[in-house]
Amino acid sequence: MTADLLEQREPNCALQIAGEAFICDPFGCLYWPEENCLIISDLHLEKGSSFASRGRLIPPYDTAATLNMLEQRLEYWRPKTVISLGDSFHDKNAAERIPQQYHLQLSAMMKGRNWIWIQGNHDPLAPANLEGQDATELAIGPIIFRHEPHSGPSNGEIAGHLHPAAKIKRRGSSVRRRCFIGDGTRLIMPSFGSFTGGLNIRDRAFNGMFLESDQYAWVMGQNNVFQIHARQLVR
Amino acid sequence: MKQHPLPGLTANDNSLSLPDTFTEWFAAKGWQPRAHQLELLSKIQNHKSSLLIAPTGAGKTLAGFLPSLIEIASRPRRKPGEAHRGVHTLYISPLKALAVDIERNLSTPVVEMGLGTKIETRTGDTPPHKRQRQKLAPPDILLTTPEQLSLLIAAKDCERFFDGLEIVIFDELHSLVTSKRGHLLSLALARLRTFRPNLRTIGLSATVATPSELCQWLIAQGPDGEVHEADLIEVSGGAKPDITILKSDTRIPWAGHSARYAMGNVYRAIKAHKTTLLFVNTRSQAELLFQELWRINDDELPIALHHGSLDVSQRRKVEQAMSNNELRAVIATSTLDLGLDWGDVDLVVHVGAPKGASRLAQRIGRSNHRMDEPSKALLVPANIFEVLECQAALDANYLGSQDTPPLINGGLDVLAQHILGSACAKPFDEDELYAEIITAAPYASLSRANFEKALDFVATGGYALRTYDQYAKLLKTEDNTWRVTHPRVAQQYRLNAGTIVEFPKLDVRMTRQRFGTGGKSKGPMRGGMMLGRIEEGFLEALAPGDTFRFAGKVLRFEGIRENICYVSNAQDSDPKIPSYAGGKFPLSTFLAEQVRAMLANPESWQRLPEQVREWLTIQKIKSTLPKQDELLIETFPRADKYYMMIYPFEGRMAHQTLGMLLTRRLERAHARPLGFVATDYALGIWGLRDFDRMFKIGELSLSALFDEDMLGDDLDAWLDESFMLKRTFRQCATIAGLIEQRFPGKEKSGRQMTVSSDLIYDVLRSHQPDHILLMATKEDAARGLLDVERLGKLLSRIQSRIVHKALERISPLAVPVMMEIGKEGIAGEAQDALLSEAAEELLR
Repeated sequence: MTADLLEQREPNCALQIAGEAFICDPFGCLYWPEENCLIISDLHLEKGSSFASRGRLIPPYDTAATLNMLEQRLEYWRPKTVISLGDSFHDKNAAERIPQQYHLQLSAMMKGRNWIWIQGNHDPLAPANLEGQDATELAIGPIIFRHEPHSGPSNGEIAGHLHPAAKIKRRGSSVRRRCFIGDGTRLIMPSFGSFTGGLNIRDRAFNGMFLESDQYAWVMGQNNVFQIHARQLVR
Repeated sequence: MKQHPLPGLTANDNSLSLPDTFTEWFAAKGWQPRAHQLELLSKIQNHKSSLLIAPTGAGKTLAGFLPSLIEIASRPRRKPGEAHRGVHTLYISPLKALAVDIERNLSTPVVEMGLGTKIETRTGDTPPHKRQRQKLAPPDILLTTPEQLSLLIAAKDCERFFDGLEIVIFDELHSLVTSKRGHLLSLALARLRTFRPNLRTIGLSATVATPSELCQWLIAQGPDGEVHEADLIEVSGGAKPDITILKSDTRIPWAGHSARYAMGNVYRAIKAHKTTLLFVNTRSQAELLFQELWRINDDELPIALHHGSLDVSQRRKVEQAMSNNELRAVIATSTLDLGLDWGDVDLVVHVGAPKGASRLAQRIGRSNHRMDEPSKALLVPANIFEVLECQAALDANYLGSQDTPPLINGGLDVLAQHILGSACAKPFDEDELYAEIITAAPYASLSRANFEKALDFVATGGYALRTYDQYAKLLKTEDNTWRVTHPRVAQQYRLNAGTIVEFPKLDVRMTRQRFGTGGKSKGPMRGGMMLGRIEEGFLEALAPGDTFRFAGKVLRFEGIRENICYVSNAQDSDPKIPSYAGGKFPLSTFLAEQVRAMLANPESWQRLPEQVREWLTIQKIKSTLPKQDELLIETFPRADKYYMMIYPFEGRMAHQTLGMLLTRRLERAHARPLGFVATDYALGIWGLRDFDRMFKIGELSLSALFDEDMLGDDLDAWLDESFMLKRTFRQCATIAGLIEQRFPGKEKSGRQMTVSSDLIYDVLRSHQPDHILLMATKEDAARGLLDVERLGKLLSRIQSRIVHKALERISPLAVPVMMEIGKEGIAGEAQDALLSEAAEELLR
């Protein structure tokens, strides 16, 4: 209810990795102004139908929802290059299952852009029925893009895979949201797909990945990104 | 089973129907069968399903089982080698504990008469080998719960299991029918009627507002809307209960729910009686009361605690001790509410307001289980508002008023679960299934279109984008029946069947190990004694080292591993975390009316304690007291904020919804509201601008603020973003089988394996707002969590009857409400404000 606290805030938030300047937005996109490049991760397209094939008939609208959001973000940032950081498709047949109307929508978005599909564990093969370039890893300047983050010290890694989520507790309540997590040398992206959940950054999967004192989460609020120091985050 | 001779009642008129064995048994006990017991017997013998309404202590249970015991005894004995007979009588109880209790009580007459009737229970606690054996060799009488019945009728061989079924007894029917469990049960009953068209049903119930609804529930309704009713036997009266409100010299607090001020009086009352039952409304109150009583228990009286979150073995121990008359007092929530009959309770203490006149009557019925002697009860209001409520309830109980909630139409989510269960048992014809379903009273008005929507949902998800036909769970085959496509579907169903209960819970175990910061332990955790189960939501908000009250102890939270919460004994006597949610009843409409009437009529204050009279008198001087149909609104400044207090007396949920809607309107009017607090009696809103001044200069208008159109667009807009709706959706989606029941602790490893219901809700709402599960969610929310129905009635009642008092300072009536501020949790938009706060800390 404290609406006025939030009113005047700039929705996006600036951050640096390996000295390069990036901007993250409250919808889970990372923008690199220098390269006019937009980075998204873990779209998990056709997750709904993947579940349906195994007997859980959850709504088939996840691809539509994810693509609509993506379309809106592309309209906002107008990037020349788009990097999808892996697990873009929920399983290896997912790209073929995309209903035609959404396939057309996606193709239209890709048109006139450099589109890079980084391979993930869910989608080890590039989609046969879509344009774009595929890669296991991609290096641009000091930055290396890959799906699964490496362990140990990094210098300029941007990865996905882990679906980070941050949780804070204050005044007897807790709030849990998707987030970017990083320490200036490595950044892990939130998942973008409409049916993707989050993994608490206090989970052991994140162990040893960041320098604790420099570690921040950029937490996705309803309309803003909030930069919060990792020491404030709880399990 | 207690039964005492009643003068003037003879069995002569009906003695034909009572076999000698039974007459002799009654005589040997020095008893005579009561008139209503014989009347029910004769109705059942004449194939008439019946509802028996009787006060506690009237021998209701024996009445219910008498027809079955006689019929079973008259059957020729099964010879060795002969095939086992199916179940003759099915007894359905809302509580596991009640089924166990009945088994114990029934064994007395069966053994004493040498009937040899085989009676067994089947509940969630029944071990698998016993379940298997029951299927092969069914007992004569099976005592079970609604959930177990749903599982039974979804089994492939169920028709054989029930092929000797003659009678179904529904105990505490009044409490079964008002929930989704009742909806599911009514559908199961419809199925049993298909198996056994001559099935007779017996409903046993406490007094209710409208018995005809229960009479309809018991038997098949006509296909074209004709209403059929079972016969009704009503036993009136019982002795007038002897109820008093606790008089304490100590000051009654203006807010809070602990009733700590009255502990000395309560303890003295326990000492002065043989066995006392203490009722409270929430589990946290039960824990607190237990702690407080033991703190002053200098005589070391055996005082025990009993509530639904405690471990089964602990509960059984208390129940056993209770029936052996080893306890002087038991503190209980609703688990003991219903029909349990243990020991010689001679006093019922009700701590906190009863919230409903019928509920109070039920609970008071626990004491002195003989309907010819008055029950003795003591009401202990926890705060000053509750004094009013207790007095109102007390007046109502003397008048015999009833405020049980009206029955509601069956839920679509429950229907979906039932349809899938039907297909798991055997392929069905949709016309036949529809015809069967609408014989169940809660579904009598179910349209064919909605039935087909539910069927389509079960088969392929019910989506307009028809991409799932290839993954169908049910397929229509050439012989025009629907059947499951894969054995896996039936397996999934069985995991989910009977799912009505909501919040995921974690086991709570003692440990000696300490977790470090961040909840990390060194080495594997070793669990000690199991204490019970607590909602995950409460535990999630705890940090290691936090202390809270549970199972009669103050515990230190150590951490969560898998689905187990580890705790250790805390050294401090006052826990840091005050309470946990669950088990809050809203104030009944009827009691709310009584309280408003009392406020409006100073003459009725004579019955109230002096401090309460004083409080009301000062209110009358400083502000005003509304007439019965008026709505009082006060505005006043305090510290650096402005407050608006609204006193509808319509229950917390309706007030919360009103609060959400009003703050939206105030925000649009630039009144800059900051927050609100809702209690059972009032709603307080605070903000940065002077509400009173805004009314004076015409920037705000009372009639516009409270216009009924609030329930139109505003409500829809708010519903769309409401976290409460998401919670309701999760329940509906789980019941309907769309998402799996969450097993706490498991989801962490499987983030790709599950999809949270919140995400599904968002996507579904924007792409197919008319989906059947969203329909079900809105229906639920309107009645339950949001209480929109009641809010609607309030708004139409108060149009042009709003009294506004602009005050210089806070009024006496407002003080208790203000004291609740800060005790409420936050959600929704306010969450972003918390994130923002955390982010601001970077700048400092």
